[in-house]
Amino acid sequence: MSDSRPHYLAHHFDHLEQQKQSATLGIWLFLITEVMFFGGLFLGYIVYRGLYPEAWHLGSGKLDITLGAINTVVLIFSSLTMAMAVRSAQVGSRKGCAHYLMATIILGSTFLGIKAIEYGHKFFPGPDSHYYLVPGAKFHLESPVADQVQIFFSFYFTMTGMHAIHMIIGIGILLWLYVKALKGNYHEHYYNPVEVTGLYWHFVDIVWIFLFPLLYLIGRH
Amino acid sequence: MEHPVVPVKTYVSVFAALMVLTALTVYVAFIDFGHGLLNDLVAMTIAVIKAMLVLVIFMHLKYSARILWLIAGSSVVWLMVMIGLTLTDYRSREWIESQLHRAAPWTSGPAIEQPAEPAASGH
Repeated sequence: MSDSRPHYLAHHFDHLEQQKQSATLGIWLFLITEVMFFGGLFLGYIVYRGLYPEAWHLGSGKLDITLGAINTVVLIFSSLTMAMAVRSAQVGSRKGCAHYLMATIILGSTFLGIKAIEYGHKFFPGPDSHYYLVPGAKFHLESPVADQVQIFFSFYFTMTGMHAIHMIIGIGILLWLYVKALKGNYHEHYYNPVEVTGLYWHFVDIVWIFLFPLLYLIGRH
Repeated sequence: MEHPVVPVKTYVSVFAALMVLTALTVYVAFIDFGHGLLNDLVAMTIAVIKAMLVLVIFMHLKYSARILWLIAGSSVVWLMVMIGLTLTDYRSREWIESQLHRAAPWTSGPAIEQPAEPAASGH
């Protein structure tokens, strides 16, 4: 049998459309498990916030709302560049795809950089008004509910930390895609990896869309 | 199902809408709606709208096979089961505790027998 199959069509698929649908279905199923994973963290947040509303109010007030908002903008912008990377591949612009992937990588790294600065403020409190806000023996806050605020910060570090790990993994995949895209591997007939990574990236963006108000914005009024 | 190429204009409009909503959620966080729950309701409504925009346009749900709608929707169902059932436990504990130590409102006498007077058993 002489083979006219393109090399990017895996041998176990009949045609490109089937391959694409399988890939999309697979990543969506994975994302459902991710919803439940982060859902567990959100559930813990809800239960403990119900128990210690005062501490949540206080803890939230210690977060840097400006950096949090800037990061929200950066991350949503990275979702736009990600969507554009997929679109570039769809219309056959191999260069455009690579460039938008790099833009997404840079924006994602910017997010992590700002996150690191925020973590730094908690780990290395300045001389003026900052408290050491990392849960553990050295946790320091002058408040009658300091112990409960510590629980808030446990949630803060776990939730933003898990989110950051997802972003680090995402950036790793994007770097790999970038190298492939530079070689011109993605085009109008085949762009599954870009599309699927895009879905993952947007999902991580959605998690942050909920984390931002729940961590930074409660109890500001 | 081949999805069509989404116009750049659509993506940029969605991005602009997300920016406006981000600004809005920060702005309303500083307004006191009188009850803490109302503030949460407003913030979560804005977050859900933002998430929907990302899901429908950036994640191409609008242009995808219906099976993906079902899968995306099912995650909400499972999440609600997990959160809903857990909260029925946590939020009812205090109430159940109070009911166990008090006369049920529909009976005339005390639900739990009071211990006998110590004097009665003194003989």
